[in-house]
Amino acid sequence: MKILVCVKRVPATGGRIALTADSLDIDARYLGFTISPHEECAVEEAVRIVEAQGGSSTVLTLGPDAAADQLRDAMAIGIERAVLLETDGSDWDPMATAGAIVDAIRALEAEDGRFDLLLFGNEAADTGDFQVGIRVATALGRPVVSGIKAIEAADGRVVARREASGGGWEVFELPLPAVLGVKEGLNLPRYPSVPGRLRAKKKEIVRITPAARRGGPIKERLRLPAGTESTVEVIGTGPEAAPAVVELLTRIGVVSR
Amino acid sequence: MILTLVEHVDGRPERLSLEALTLAGKLAAASGEPLHTVSFGGGAREAAQQLTGRGVDVAHVVEDDRLSAFAPVAWAATVSQLIASLGSSIVLAAGSDRGNEVMAHVGARTDLPLAANCTEVVPGEPFRLTRQRWAGSLLEDATLDAPTRLLTIAPHAVAVEDAVDNAAQPAIEPFSPTLTDEDLLVAVVRRLAPDRSGISLTDARVVVGGGRGVGSAEAFSELEELAAVLGAAVGVSRVVTSAGWRPHSQQIGQTGLRIAPDLYIACGISGAIQHIVGAKAAKRILAINTDRDAPIMSVADYAVIGDLHQVVPAITAEIRRVTGR
Repeated sequence: MKILVCVKRVPATGGRIALTADSLDIDARYLGFTISPHEECAVEEAVRIVEAQGGSSTVLTLGPDAAADQLRDAMAIGIERAVLLETDGSDWDPMATAGAIVDAIRALEAEDGRFDLLLFGNEAADTGDFQVGIRVATALGRPVVSGIKAIEAADGRVVARREASGGGWEVFELPLPAVLGVKEGLNLPRYPSVPGRLRAKKKEIVRITPAARRGGPIKERLRLPAGTESTVEVIGTGPEAAPAVVELLTRIGVVSR
Repeated sequence: MILTLVEHVDGRPERLSLEALTLAGKLAAASGEPLHTVSFGGGAREAAQQLTGRGVDVAHVVEDDRLSAFAPVAWAATVSQLIASLGSSIVLAAGSDRGNEVMAHVGARTDLPLAANCTEVVPGEPFRLTRQRWAGSLLEDATLDAPTRLLTIAPHAVAVEDAVDNAAQPAIEPFSPTLTDEDLLVAVVRRLAPDRSGISLTDARVVVGGGRGVGSAEAFSELEELAAVLGAAVGVSRVVTSAGWRPHSQQIGQTGLRIAPDLYIACGISGAIQHIVGAKAAKRILAINTDRDAPIMSVADYAVIGDLHQVVPAITAEIRRVTGR
């Protein structure tokens, strides 16, 4: 099985978001970066499928030079090859991103043969556009389904399931080549080992300068939502606070005496 | 014409679709354009009838049995054909899993941009909107330039208005899309029953949450005991599932579940924005944390400052004492 995983570099925001002075971006000067959570699971799944069935795995991202860090994170747990569609780091809208990924997939496949499976995160943690994987699949004429939390790929087909809105699971069966948008919970991603990290450090990253085409929506500014902050009432310290807590629970009807 | 995708369960319109339809109704009233809807599968007609009093002029019903099970590409092909034949200025759907998926397909097929999870829409030139980033922890003001504007509406961004009494029923028009085998390739082939049991996190009145501060898989027994005396469900932050202490099905947050209990007891949870978006619909939050300055304190209503390994068992014991159980 030949698999391509598309990931996004996102800031590890922690407890609060601060914006740059022009309100166009998150102020990430003091933040670390990570692979967006759904895609971490996509990376892990690709490694597991290749471990079990053989084949090869490639990770691709569109982002700045520094996004090489996330590609190396993926290679540290077992992805073999990496491709960076290098930008100046500004936001690319979902149509532009999908277009650049389609161009890259066509070029990679012309050289090295078709990918059986393309894995995307269901949506990126930061921009939450919910569409890049579907746009790529449509442009390539391959079947795609989103929200996937379990994958079995064998004999030219993939069986994928996702949670149904009323509980339970909806099962899809697609012929390969296919595209899946996956969600966290698909698996539990492993931590990279030290030898894995060292190996990843030495590996080459293929760099491509993508062609930008403008789509939409067009960002004007970012802002924080108003007024979710509360005033906290400290009702005690340590285990001695237990009677005061139970009094509160009784008052709000959670405990009945 | 403004078109809204109305999802339904056995002929009952979904609440998130009614939220999108409420916004669509306001846009239609402001511009004087007719308001249309489209619904799929068995029950589509019943769902359309229930839209009476919501300003809908025409309800397109696609009563094709092949579309009763969710088939995102076929649904999107149908919406695209309605756009082409009727000339929609705006197409809206709920920012639900299905709504976002179908509209992404519509955007891909028609090569139109899609703004997902909008909270506000101000038509005009330019066409302005506000949409959610980071699951609503951050907002983006944007413009959308396209002959047909594709939008999904973020859950709970718009309040559903009561249907107007004595209004005429929408004109119900059966629609038969032209579908290829390729359009029907992606469809639910079977359904599996839920594999969870116990109190559902999303329905629980009280949720006891544990984060990094719990420290180990074993220490969750302290939270389980408190949950047991309160009839509560146990939830966790992402750190806990990443460490393998608890299953992902218990994760609260941006990439997990959204809960809305009367009380959320957050134990040893620092309060990363990704966790807070999953818990902010709780009526009250009680934080138990050693750090008085942890971000969770800025959204909590009540706090106990202290080590959860001492505080939680003390609360459990006190509840047992006062209730005699």
